[in-house]
Amino acid sequence: MNVPANIENKNGLQLFAGLVNEISSSTKTNDKLQSLVNYFAVAPDADKVWVIAIFSGRRPRRAVNLKLMREWCLEMVQIPDWLFTECHHTVGDFSETLALLLAGTEIIQHENQNLSNYLEKLISIEKEDESIKKKFIVESWRQMNMQEKFVFNKLITGSFRIGISQKTIVNALAKVIEHSPSVLAHRISGNWDPLTTSFNELLSESIAVTDFSKPYPFYLAYAIDHDVENLGEPQLWQAEWKWDGIRGQMIKRNNELFVWSRGEELITDKFPEYFILKDLLPDGVVLDGEIIPAIDGKPLSFSVLQTRIGRKNISKKQLQEAPICFFAYDLLEYNFEDWREKPLVQRRKKLEEIISSFEHKSIQLSEKINFDSWNELAEIRKESRNKNSEGIMLKRKDSTYKVGRKRGDWWKWKIDPLIIDCVMVYAQKGSGRRSNLYTDYTFAVKDGDELITFTKAYSGLTDKEFAQIDHFVKRNSLEKFGPVRTVKPELVFEIAFEGIAASNRHKSGVALRFPRMNRWRKDKTVDEINTLDDLKEMLRAYGK
Amino acid sequence: MSNLISFTDKGLYCQAGNFYIDPWVPVEKAVITHGHSDHARFGNQFYLCHTFTKPILQLRLGNNNYQTVEWNESIFMNGVKISFHPAGHIIGSSQIRVEYHNEVWVVSGDYKSEDDGISGEFEPLKCNVFITESTFGLPIFKWKPQQQIYSDIINWISRNKENGKASILIAYSLGKAQRVLQALKETTQTIFAHGAVYNMQQALIDAGWKLNPVVKITPETPKELLKETVVIAPPGAEGTLWMRKFYPYSIGVCSGWMQVRGNARRRNVDAGFALSDHADWNALLTTVKETGAEKVFVTHGFQAAFSRYVTEKNIAVSAEVKTQFGDEDEEANWSPEINNEEPENV
Repeated sequence: MNVPANIENKNGLQLFAGLVNEISSSTKTNDKLQSLVNYFAVAPDADKVWVIAIFSGRRPRRAVNLKLMREWCLEMVQIPDWLFTECHHTVGDFSETLALLLAGTEIIQHENQNLSNYLEKLISIEKEDESIKKKFIVESWRQMNMQEKFVFNKLITGSFRIGISQKTIVNALAKVIEHSPSVLAHRISGNWDPLTTSFNELLSESIAVTDFSKPYPFYLAYAIDHDVENLGEPQLWQAEWKWDGIRGQMIKRNNELFVWSRGEELITDKFPEYFILKDLLPDGVVLDGEIIPAIDGKPLSFSVLQTRIGRKNISKKQLQEAPICFFAYDLLEYNFEDWREKPLVQRRKKLEEIISSFEHKSIQLSEKINFDSWNELAEIRKESRNKNSEGIMLKRKDSTYKVGRKRGDWWKWKIDPLIIDCVMVYAQKGSGRRSNLYTDYTFAVKDGDELITFTKAYSGLTDKEFAQIDHFVKRNSLEKFGPVRTVKPELVFEIAFEGIAASNRHKSGVALRFPRMNRWRKDKTVDEINTLDDLKEMLRAYGK
Repeated sequence: MSNLISFTDKGLYCQAGNFYIDPWVPVEKAVITHGHSDHARFGNQFYLCHTFTKPILQLRLGNNNYQTVEWNESIFMNGVKISFHPAGHIIGSSQIRVEYHNEVWVVSGDYKSEDDGISGEFEPLKCNVFITESTFGLPIFKWKPQQQIYSDIINWISRNKENGKASILIAYSLGKAQRVLQALKETTQTIFAHGAVYNMQQALIDAGWKLNPVVKITPETPKELLKETVVIAPPGAEGTLWMRKFYPYSIGVCSGWMQVRGNARRRNVDAGFALSDHADWNALLTTVKETGAEKVFVTHGFQAAFSRYVTEKNIAVSAEVKTQFGDEDEEANWSPEINNEEPENV
């Protein structure tokens, strides 16, 4: 194994900083996996638990707010506030900006601290006075090198977006403790607290028994990249609408109800509509389905769901206007027994039995689509947008329920996006790997002689195209402070999007779903772009 | 009273002496700070440059009407006194001091204050008006001492060797390549180089520089010979088929921009070394103070932020100026279409 020679001299925080650095600079999944395996082989047990927690969405609450951290940093390095802002725009990451600015302030001898010590300390000061927080943060900064400061700040402020999925963590653990990934995925999911859980407890057999809220890992489909005809006989396949909600898992065990999102977040409390299902569903049942607002069994658009996401308190009005339903499409556990290895037809049949045994507006079956030929299904698929659906899901009738994104048995067959030609009018620097590069753009359509902005988009171009546009922006904009540049309206883009809704928050009167740059239309001039009327026509045709 | 040097659409112009400094369109008389292509361009009728810069210009621009001077040597144009002073940026790079009627202006060109052993020792010059670059004019840019970066590079190379990989160091052929070779001076192994890097290195050696020779990689170079070696290649070679020959390899980029993680991640490199030939934040500030200039013009880089800070802190009265000096060497967002790198196998 490839373990750096000087590893025994490193404390837990340094090992973690090294891990973050290695992973963020490697571009291959296998290298990332190997870095994690190496890390799990040498890191202290308490730190390992925290690493699993952090990379599976269980970060502790923010103990210190960003404004204070910024203030303390300014005080230490003696620069004005506006200069911090300039630096932040260039670096594109708050934690890194702090770490870079604080370089050279190290004065205290390094105490031998592990990652877990820092995190425990952070949690313990959450409710303390500002002065206590300040003392801890400033003293910590003073004993850390630049890389340690960076990860320390990240632990406080935000997530590590370095391309480690829960799946990568699971695979690395599977290598280290020689267990199957699906069992481990199940073990590290659920409701556990890194503060009170030891590494052995977390990965021991017994915990799965005591924690009955645990979801199964989701089975995800790839978008179909070949002709559907190649899938073989249509009767081998089950077709369903692909809903544009939140993928969710509904668990009823020991007379309690748990709802998990695909991000393995426990979201039961966010949807009071589901509470009643605790009494209606049989015990020992796990359902896979879509969390989606619906009235009279008809799904509403995603923009309606957005009014519910992130709300702590839900008003009566919201419950009326955006009532949430669960569109069930699979059964993973029945009578406390894992059904994932059974074929889909069998699971579906049992699912239909369960759902039809009672009636409530908070749950329904996600309907199957009957079809005899692929051509017929292609025709039906054209109706997707009217159904507030993103297209069609294809599942082999004999498929088992797998773990993670797998090719072969399940496919997404999405509808083609809507497109519109428009011109870039504002540009802003991106963050992360796009820091100091103008990659975030605002687009406008024509309305007579005027240009009306209607959407932003950040993705869809190659790095080379981004570099070219960055070059253009830097030479065709008014030099000014702050992140946004007004750009000469010259570059034309084709924007693709999944849906359109009326919005009074935007000047154009519309809001787009999933806008991205489909093509850079170098062949078109700004005179040839679409108009606000075109956009309004699309709203009439497809808007909900 | 008109300024001794004014900012025109052709470049920095001294009307009294009727010459331009680093003009970006062809002019009659050009005074050149250094050999990078955004500072030394085609088509001028006359070039005044430092002795060390001439062979570089000859390689890149061919034969022209060149006149050379030594550092601290004064010459006069129309009664305006001009002298060159080491800027420490690359071989031959110079600050241009312009004096007329007891007023002194200094154009910094690109500069760094740390002595790299080949680019001359930078010295701040007393002046009334200082025109400074600001490529890295934000306080997030503070360089580590070069010895530390050199050992980082050497450690990285030995780690790659242990893992059976070649080490490809991406460095611009003029300036950064010679700097990286300085870092590798102590190592005894053969260093291989891309044609562009080799040509520049050879031109400098031919001009009398005692630099370590590099071995040029040609289509005939056998793959076996390149196993676990060190290769220096210009940014243009990054990501091209040319690199396949060295597989398995690890790529390290040497540039001040590597200070920021996002830049390294965007370029998909394995290692970034923040080795820069430009002054960092502290060096820029120290220099501005040491010139004693009452007026400071800030050009290419973070000119808006740096000049605002200089003014706010009462270090000098400062203003930003737009120039067309990009930075061919340390362009943050390098793209072959935008930066003209030499062709692959010249």
